[in-house]
Amino acid sequence: MTAKISIQHVQKSFRIKRNLGHLAENTQPISALQDINLDVKQGEFMVIVGPSGCGKSTLLDLLAGLTKPNSGQILLDNKPLAGPNLDRGIVFQQYALFPWKTTLQNVEFGLEAKGVGKKERREIAQQHIELVGLAGFENRFPHELSGGMKQRVAIARSLAYDPEVLLMDEPFAALDAQTRETLQSELLRIWEATKKTIIFITHGIEEAVYLGQRVAVMTSRPGRIKKVITIPFEARTSEEDLRAKPEFVQLRHEIWDLLKDEVSRAQEQEKTKTLKSFSNGKSTLKGVAGDG
Amino acid sequence: MANSSTGETVVLRDNKSLEALEWSLAKLRRAFKFSIVILSLLVFWEIAPRVGLVNVTFFPPLTEVLQAWWQLFISGDLAEHMTASLLRSGGGFLLAIVISIPLGLAIGWWKPVAEYLNPLLELMRNTAVLALLPVFILLLGLGETSKIAIVLYACSFPLLLNTVSGVKNVDPLLIKSARSMGLTSVRLFYKVILPASLPTIFVGIRQAGASSILVLVAAEMVGAQSGLGYFIQYAQFNFQIPGMYAGIITISFIGVVVNYLLVALEKRLTSWKQTYNE
Repeated sequence: MTAKISIQHVQKSFRIKRNLGHLAENTQPISALQDINLDVKQGEFMVIVGPSGCGKSTLLDLLAGLTKPNSGQILLDNKPLAGPNLDRGIVFQQYALFPWKTTLQNVEFGLEAKGVGKKERREIAQQHIELVGLAGFENRFPHELSGGMKQRVAIARSLAYDPEVLLMDEPFAALDAQTRETLQSELLRIWEATKKTIIFITHGIEEAVYLGQRVAVMTSRPGRIKKVITIPFEARTSEEDLRAKPEFVQLRHEIWDLLKDEVSRAQEQEKTKTLKSFSNGKSTLKGVAGDG
Repeated sequence: MANSSTGETVVLRDNKSLEALEWSLAKLRRAFKFSIVILSLLVFWEIAPRVGLVNVTFFPPLTEVLQAWWQLFISGDLAEHMTASLLRSGGGFLLAIVISIPLGLAIGWWKPVAEYLNPLLELMRNTAVLALLPVFILLLGLGETSKIAIVLYACSFPLLLNTVSGVKNVDPLLIKSARSMGLTSVRLFYKVILPASLPTIFVGIRQAGASSILVLVAAEMVGAQSGLGYFIQYAQFNFQIPGMYAGIITISFIGVVVNYLLVALEKRLTSWKQTYNE
């Protein structure tokens, strides 16, 4: 088994400076990811699921090459990552389309960065717009499109420059339930057509089971991989409703069991953080009052 | 059968003409809304001096003012002063664009520079430009240089501040997205930062356009031998009251035209932006 992407002992922490004064705890590094190990195979659909604030997006930034791990390494085709590159495409939750560019121009953007000639660029962009089912919307601006359409444009844009790996950061989280389900099955169809390796980050358990060949469950902060679960379904795009199968329900339940404690712990962390910053805020206010 | 079919066509034609009528009515209503207040004001201007509501000497009726304007127009006086003013404010305005926008882009791009310079810019922006006019005249004399310089100075701050904030407020996600596609800093700047900050830059351009005329007129009133500001002041001193009003009308007309042109240019360049006022 050769890994397309290999995450090895990756650790990442932040030093967050808050403008709350000189309290020591504020300048202490916050550990976001701790000893992450994960291998993703060529052409695999890997889903990473975890509670909010567990460092999923940090992991994706690392995979994109936008930030570097404090220790450990990430290998793509056995070579360590060196910064952002067009061999990886990213789809963000908030689409990140350029509002001054039309659908066609947005899809062409990455191709332009790659140095593809004008005519070829147009052809490839057109193909990918058709792939995501947006033929006829080439000359629309993003603000003229619905959320689901914008995300289709973003997917087309990332696929157009033919990356080896597609990284998706909660791409459907901002969409309504019906659009989300449509786009999920569309994504599976596109995945089967393009045979891309996909790393898909989500907090939705059902989404994870429906899309992933394997699902990696993360813990609350500091994020670690708790368990990797193999989803044994074949031919997901078939007619029958996968979500109604007893195996589906069972897998969903299994993942929920793994996540349950992490979610409550994450919420507890959130609460104490908010309380702390509130009491800090109060103390600084007092300080100001004392000065005056 | 034949009868009924002709009946239908008649009804159809009626509908069409009715629609056309409704459409032109809507257009008429819009034109009415647009102009009624200004028209009433102009009518009031005409009537008020004639019925003795205000002193005719200081506030001549509109028709007299328009006559004076026409005389000035024919004699070429107006054109002369107008050209002088437009060259000064246009020159200062364009110079300000050429200097301030690149400078603002640079300041906004290097965040530490912006943090150091912002207090100074705020201070200078909030100092009334005309308070500095004597300084400009002292240093640069009464000629064209001091006029263009003060317009340049007045236009620079709205341009600078808006350009800086435009660059600073580019959606970080767009930058992240472009960076993830491996764009170099230079390309990132041309392909993302510049187009994304264009709408905010244009706010500055429009503010600068307005203040270029405002400041110039005041400057010309203080020390000049030509220009619309000088002309208005001169007409008042020599008791050519209708001429004075003619000068004022010309200035407000120029202001409206300049603003209209800038808005039209803005619409062209930022047509991708969502319009909320519809």
